[in-house]
Amino acid sequence: MKLTINGEEHELQATTLAELLQRLEFEGDWLATAVNGELVRKADRVDHRLQDSDRIEILSPMQGG
Amino acid sequence: MPLFYEIEIRSRLLLGTARYPSPAVLAEAVRRSGTDIVTVSLRRETAGGRQGGAFFELIRELGVRVLPNTAGCHSVSEAVLTARMAREVFGTDWIKLEVIGHQDTLQPDVFGLVEGARILTGEGFQVFPYTTDDLVVAERLLEAGCQVLMPWCAPIGSAMGPQNVQGLRAMRAEFPDVPLIVDAGIGRPSHATTVMELGYDAVLLNTAVAGAADPAAMAEAFAKAIDAGHAAHGAGMLEPRDMAVPSTPLIGKAVFS
Repeated sequence: MKLTINGEEHELQATTLAELLQRLEFEGDWLATAVNGELVRKADRVDHRLQDSDRIEILSPMQGG
Repeated sequence: MPLFYEIEIRSRLLLGTARYPSPAVLAEAVRRSGTDIVTVSLRRETAGGRQGGAFFELIRELGVRVLPNTAGCHSVSEAVLTARMAREVFGTDWIKLEVIGHQDTLQPDVFGLVEGARILTGEGFQVFPYTTDDLVVAERLLEAGCQVLMPWCAPIGSAMGPQNVQGLRAMRAEFPDVPLIVDAGIGRPSHATTVMELGYDAVLLNTAVAGAADPAAMAEAFAKAIDAGHAAHGAGMLEPRDMAVPSTPLIGKAVFS
Protein backbone atom coordinates (compact mmCIF):
# COMPACT_ATOMS: atom_id res chain seq x y z
CA MET A 1 0.00 0.00 0.00
CA LYS A 2 1.10 3.55 -0.64
CA LEU A 3 1.51 5.73 2.46
CA THR A 4 2.76 9.28 2.80
CA ILE A 5 4.77 9.49 6.02
CA ASN A 6 5.97 12.91 7.11
CA GLY A 7 5.63 14.13 3.55
CA GLU A 8 7.50 11.25 1.90
CA GLU A 9 5.84 8.49 -0.08
CA HIS A 10 6.47 4.91 1.02
CA GLU A 11 5.36 1.59 -0.39
CA LEU A 12 4.88 -0.82 2.49
CA GLN A 13 2.38 -2.98 4.28
CA ALA A 14 1.07 -2.21 7.76
CA THR A 15 -2.36 -3.05 9.11
CA THR A 16 -2.44 -0.55 11.96
CA LEU A 17 -0.69 2.66 12.89
CA ALA A 18 0.98 0.94 15.85
CA GLU A 19 2.37 -1.71 13.51
CA LEU A 20 3.70 0.95 11.14
CA LEU A 21 5.51 2.76 13.96
CA GLN A 22 7.10 -0.48 15.08
CA ARG A 23 8.15 -1.43 11.56
CA LEU A 24 9.81 1.94 11.00
CA GLU A 25 11.44 1.86 14.47
CA PHE A 26 9.64 4.88 15.85
CA GLU A 27 9.86 4.41 19.60
CA GLY A 28 9.18 6.45 22.68
CA ASP A 29 6.46 8.07 24.73
CA TRP A 30 7.08 11.45 23.19
CA LEU A 31 5.63 10.83 19.71
CA ALA A 32 2.40 12.37 18.47
CA THR A 33 0.63 10.94 15.45
CA ALA A 34 -2.00 12.14 13.01
CA VAL A 35 -3.60 10.41 10.03
CA ASN A 36 -5.18 12.46 7.26
CA GLY A 37 -5.18 15.59 9.40
CA GLU A 38 -6.77 13.99 12.47
CA LEU A 39 -4.99 13.29 15.75
CA VAL A 40 -4.64 9.59 16.59
CA ARG A 41 -3.98 9.24 20.30
CA LYS A 42 -1.33 6.88 21.54
CA ALA A 43 -3.93 4.53 23.04
CA ASP A 44 -5.80 4.36 19.73
CA ARG A 45 -2.86 3.46 17.49
CA VAL A 46 -3.31 -0.27 17.97
CA ASP A 47 -6.86 -0.10 16.66
CA HIS A 48 -6.32 2.51 13.96
CA ARG A 49 -6.36 0.62 10.66
CA LEU A 50 -4.40 2.14 7.81
CA GLN A 51 -5.71 2.49 4.27
CA ASP A 52 -4.07 3.04 0.92
CA SER A 53 -3.06 6.68 0.32
CA ASP A 54 -3.20 7.61 4.02
CA ARG A 55 -1.16 10.66 4.98
CA ILE A 56 0.61 10.11 8.30
CA GLU A 57 2.40 12.67 10.44
CA ILE A 58 4.75 11.54 13.20
CA LEU A 59 5.98 14.42 15.35
CA SER A 60 8.22 14.74 18.38
CA PRO A 61 9.30 17.55 20.72
CA MET A 62 11.67 20.14 19.38
CA GLN A 63 13.16 23.43 20.46
CA GLY A 64 10.77 26.32 19.95
CA GLY A 65 10.33 30.02 20.63
CA MET B 1 2.89 37.28 40.81
CA PRO B 2 0.42 37.10 37.93
CA LEU B 3 -1.78 34.10 37.32
CA PHE B 4 -1.78 32.39 33.95
CA TYR B 5 -4.96 30.33 33.85
CA GLU B 6 -4.98 30.13 37.65
CA ILE B 7 -1.34 29.04 37.82
CA GLU B 8 0.86 31.45 39.76
CA ILE B 9 4.15 31.89 37.95
CA ARG B 10 7.47 32.31 39.74
CA SER B 11 9.23 34.44 37.13
CA ARG B 12 8.11 37.18 34.77
CA LEU B 13 10.48 35.88 32.12
CA LEU B 14 9.31 33.15 29.73
CA LEU B 15 12.13 31.68 27.68
CA GLY B 16 12.18 30.05 24.26
CA THR B 17 14.35 26.98 23.78
CA ALA B 18 15.40 27.40 20.12
CA ARG B 19 18.65 28.49 18.49
CA TYR B 20 21.05 27.88 21.37
CA PRO B 21 24.57 26.76 20.48
CA SER B 22 24.10 23.50 22.43
CA PRO B 23 21.70 21.78 24.82
CA ALA B 24 24.13 22.50 27.68
CA VAL B 25 24.04 26.22 26.94
CA LEU B 26 20.25 26.12 26.77
CA ALA B 27 20.10 24.41 30.16
CA GLU B 28 22.45 26.95 31.73
CA ALA B 29 20.47 29.86 30.24
CA VAL B 30 17.23 28.46 31.67
CA ARG B 31 18.82 28.14 35.12
CA ARG B 32 20.36 31.61 35.12
CA SER B 33 17.14 33.21 33.85
CA GLY B 34 15.18 31.91 36.83
CA THR B 35 12.28 31.16 34.47
CA ASP B 36 9.74 28.50 35.24
CA ILE B 37 8.10 28.47 31.80
CA VAL B 38 9.82 27.54 28.54
CA THR B 39 8.33 27.34 25.07
CA VAL B 40 8.72 24.17 23.01
CA SER B 41 7.58 22.95 19.62
CA LEU B 42 6.86 19.82 17.58
CA ARG B 43 8.51 18.71 14.38
CA ARG B 44 8.60 15.66 12.15
CA GLU B 45 10.63 12.84 13.68
CA THR B 46 12.81 10.64 11.50
CA ALA B 47 12.39 6.87 11.55
CA GLY B 48 14.48 5.42 14.35
CA GLY B 49 15.25 8.96 15.46
CA ARG B 50 15.83 9.87 19.08
CA GLN B 51 16.25 13.66 18.78
CA GLY B 52 12.82 14.47 20.13
CA GLY B 53 13.29 12.12 23.06
CA ALA B 54 16.65 13.62 23.98
CA PHE B 55 15.21 17.12 23.97
CA PHE B 56 12.18 15.99 25.95
CA GLU B 57 14.44 14.50 28.64
CA LEU B 58 16.48 17.71 28.84
CA ILE B 59 13.36 19.78 29.44
CA ARG B 60 12.08 17.32 32.05
CA GLU B 61 15.37 17.52 33.93
CA LEU B 62 15.11 21.32 34.06
CA GLY B 63 11.91 21.00 36.06
CA VAL B 64 10.11 23.84 34.30
CA ARG B 65 6.59 24.15 32.96
CA VAL B 66 6.31 23.88 29.17
CA LEU B 67 4.29 26.11 26.86
CA PRO B 68 4.05 24.30 23.51
CA ASN B 69 3.69 26.48 20.44
CA THR B 70 2.16 26.14 16.98
CA ALA B 71 5.08 27.93 15.34
CA GLY B 72 5.20 27.85 11.58
CA CYS B 73 1.49 27.17 11.14
CA HIS B 74 -0.08 29.29 8.43
CA SER B 75 -3.66 28.04 8.66
CA VAL B 76 -6.20 27.47 11.40
CA SER B 77 -6.47 23.75 10.63
CA GLU B 78 -2.69 23.29 10.84
CA ALA B 79 -2.49 25.20 14.12
CA VAL B 80 -5.42 23.34 15.68
CA LEU B 81 -4.03 19.92 14.74
CA THR B 82 -0.57 20.90 16.01
CA ALA B 83 -2.13 22.03 19.31
CA ARG B 84 -3.94 18.70 19.68
CA MET B 85 -0.72 16.79 18.96
CA ALA B 86 1.21 18.98 21.41
CA ARG B 87 -1.29 18.24 24.16
CA GLU B 88 -0.85 14.54 23.48
CA VAL B 89 2.94 14.75 23.83
CA PHE B 90 3.44 17.37 26.52
CA GLY B 91 0.39 16.62 28.63
CA THR B 92 -0.63 20.24 29.13
CA ASP B 93 -3.67 22.27 28.11
CA TRP B 94 -1.47 25.32 27.59
CA ILE B 95 -0.82 26.28 23.99
CA LYS B 96 0.95 29.28 22.51
CA LEU B 97 -1.24 29.80 19.46
CA GLU B 98 0.55 31.16 16.42
CA VAL B 99 -1.18 31.49 13.09
CA ILE B 100 1.28 33.22 10.81
CA GLY B 101 -0.20 35.56 8.23
CA HIS B 102 2.76 37.22 6.54
CA GLN B 103 5.89 35.51 5.29
CA ASP B 104 8.39 38.34 5.78
CA THR B 105 7.21 39.93 9.02
CA LEU B 106 5.74 36.76 10.56
CA GLN B 107 2.82 38.97 11.52
CA PRO B 108 -0.03 36.92 12.98
CA ASP B 109 -3.12 36.25 10.89
CA VAL B 110 -5.39 37.73 13.53
CA PHE B 111 -8.57 36.49 11.84
CA GLY B 112 -7.29 32.92 11.87
CA LEU B 113 -5.99 33.46 15.39
CA VAL B 114 -9.42 34.34 16.76
CA GLU B 115 -10.99 31.39 14.94
CA GLY B 116 -8.32 29.00 16.19
CA ALA B 117 -8.60 30.33 19.74
CA ARG B 118 -12.35 29.74 19.71
CA ILE B 119 -11.95 26.15 18.52
CA LEU B 120 -9.20 25.32 21.00
CA THR B 121 -10.80 26.90 24.07
CA GLY B 122 -13.91 24.89 23.16
CA GLU B 123 -11.77 21.77 23.49
CA GLY B 124 -10.46 22.77 26.91
CA PHE B 125 -7.18 24.32 25.79
CA GLN B 126 -5.78 27.30 27.67
CA VAL B 127 -4.68 29.53 24.84
CA PHE B 128 -1.81 32.03 24.89
CA PRO B 129 -2.40 33.87 21.60
CA TYR B 130 0.54 35.48 19.77
CA THR B 131 -1.18 38.63 18.56
CA THR B 132 -0.59 42.26 17.65
CA ASP B 133 -1.34 45.31 19.79
CA ASP B 134 -4.73 45.78 18.07
CA LEU B 135 -7.34 46.38 20.76
CA VAL B 136 -10.27 45.06 18.75
CA VAL B 137 -8.48 41.79 18.03
CA ALA B 138 -7.61 41.57 21.73
CA GLU B 139 -11.27 41.99 22.62
CA ARG B 140 -12.24 39.22 20.18
CA LEU B 141 -9.61 36.91 21.64
CA LEU B 142 -11.00 37.45 25.13
CA GLU B 143 -14.50 36.77 23.81
CA ALA B 144 -13.12 33.55 22.30
CA GLY B 145 -12.07 32.46 25.76
CA CYS B 146 -8.44 33.55 26.04
CA GLN B 147 -7.45 34.64 29.54
CA VAL B 148 -3.94 35.77 28.60
CA LEU B 149 -2.83 37.96 25.68
CA MET B 150 0.60 38.00 24.07
CA PRO B 151 1.12 41.02 21.82
CA TRP B 152 4.29 41.39 19.77
CA CYS B 153 6.34 44.55 20.17
CA ALA B 154 8.22 44.02 16.88
CA PRO B 155 8.57 41.17 14.36
CA ILE B 156 9.79 37.81 15.71
CA GLY B 157 13.57 37.64 15.95
CA SER B 158 14.02 41.24 14.74
CA ALA B 159 15.51 42.53 18.02
CA MET B 160 14.03 45.94 17.16
CA GLY B 161 12.38 46.46 20.52
CA PRO B 162 9.04 48.22 21.10
CA GLN B 163 7.91 49.85 17.85
CA ASN B 164 4.60 51.15 19.16
CA VAL B 165 4.93 52.07 22.82
CA GLN B 166 1.69 54.02 22.70
CA GLY B 167 -0.14 50.96 21.36
CA LEU B 168 1.24 48.78 24.15
CA ARG B 169 0.33 51.46 26.71
CA ALA B 170 -3.23 51.60 25.35
CA MET B 171 -3.53 47.82 25.54
CA ARG B 172 -2.44 47.81 29.17
CA ALA B 173 -4.93 50.55 29.99
CA GLU B 174 -7.76 48.82 28.11
CA PHE B 175 -7.25 45.44 29.79
CA PRO B 176 -6.03 46.18 33.32
CA ASP B 177 -6.98 42.76 34.68
CA VAL B 178 -5.82 40.52 31.82
CA PRO B 179 -2.31 39.05 32.10
CA LEU B 180 -0.33 40.61 29.24
CA ILE B 181 2.93 39.15 28.00
CA VAL B 182 5.06 40.86 25.37
CA ASP B 183 6.04 38.14 22.95
CA ALA B 184 8.45 38.73 20.09
CA GLY B 185 10.71 41.53 18.93
CA ILE B 186 12.71 42.24 22.07
CA GLY B 187 16.45 42.50 21.47
CA ARG B 188 17.96 44.03 24.59
CA PRO B 189 17.30 44.08 28.33
CA SER B 190 16.40 47.77 28.09
CA HIS B 191 13.56 46.85 25.70
CA ALA B 192 12.23 44.43 28.30
CA THR B 193 12.50 47.09 30.99
CA THR B 194 10.53 49.50 28.81
CA VAL B 195 7.56 47.18 28.40
CA MET B 196 7.63 46.17 32.07
CA GLU B 197 7.60 49.86 33.04
CA LEU B 198 4.36 50.10 31.04
CA GLY B 199 2.87 47.57 33.42
CA TYR B 200 3.14 44.39 31.39
CA ASP B 201 3.06 41.20 33.42
CA ALA B 202 5.81 39.28 31.69
CA VAL B 203 8.07 39.00 28.66
CA LEU B 204 8.67 36.04 26.35
CA LEU B 205 12.13 35.94 24.80
CA ASN B 206 14.12 33.58 22.67
CA THR B 207 16.51 34.94 20.06
CA ALA B 208 17.70 37.84 22.23
CA VAL B 209 19.10 35.30 24.69
CA ALA B 210 19.95 32.37 22.41
CA GLY B 211 21.74 34.60 19.90
CA ALA B 212 23.85 36.48 22.45
CA ALA B 213 27.57 35.77 22.66
CA ASP B 214 26.99 34.44 26.18
CA PRO B 215 23.36 33.27 26.37
CA ALA B 216 23.42 32.38 30.08
CA ALA B 217 24.80 35.79 31.07
CA MET B 218 22.23 37.48 28.83
CA ALA B 219 19.43 35.44 30.39
CA GLU B 220 20.44 36.74 33.80
CA ALA B 221 20.70 40.31 32.48
CA PHE B 222 17.17 40.05 31.12
CA ALA B 223 15.86 38.66 34.41
CA LYS B 224 17.27 41.70 36.25
CA ALA B 225 15.96 44.12 33.62
CA ILE B 226 12.47 42.63 33.82
CA ASP B 227 12.45 42.83 37.62
CA ALA B 228 13.69 46.43 37.47
CA GLY B 229 10.99 47.47 35.02
CA HIS B 230 8.30 45.78 37.08
CA ALA B 231 9.49 47.40 40.30
CA ALA B 232 9.63 50.80 38.60
CA HIS B 233 6.06 50.43 37.37
CA GLY B 234 4.92 49.72 40.91
CA ALA B 235 6.96 52.58 42.36
CA GLY B 236 5.31 55.30 40.24
CA MET B 237 7.56 57.05 37.75
CA LEU B 238 7.91 60.74 37.02
CA GLU B 239 6.49 62.10 33.81
CA PRO B 240 8.93 63.98 31.54
CA ARG B 241 8.96 67.79 31.80
CA ASP B 242 9.92 70.40 29.26
CA MET B 243 12.07 72.54 31.61
CA ALA B 244 14.80 71.79 34.13
CA VAL B 245 13.87 71.42 37.77
CA PRO B 246 16.80 71.84 40.18
CA SER B 247 17.24 68.80 42.34
CA THR B 248 19.22 70.59 45.05
CA PRO B 249 17.05 72.97 47.13
CA LEU B 250 17.86 76.67 46.67
CA ILE B 251 16.72 77.72 50.15
CA GLY B 252 19.68 78.75 52.30
CA LYS B 253 22.08 78.92 49.37
CA ALA B 254 25.11 81.14 50.12
CA VAL B 255 25.42 84.44 48.23
CA PHE B 256 29.08 85.18 47.40
CA SER B 257 28.77 88.42 45.55
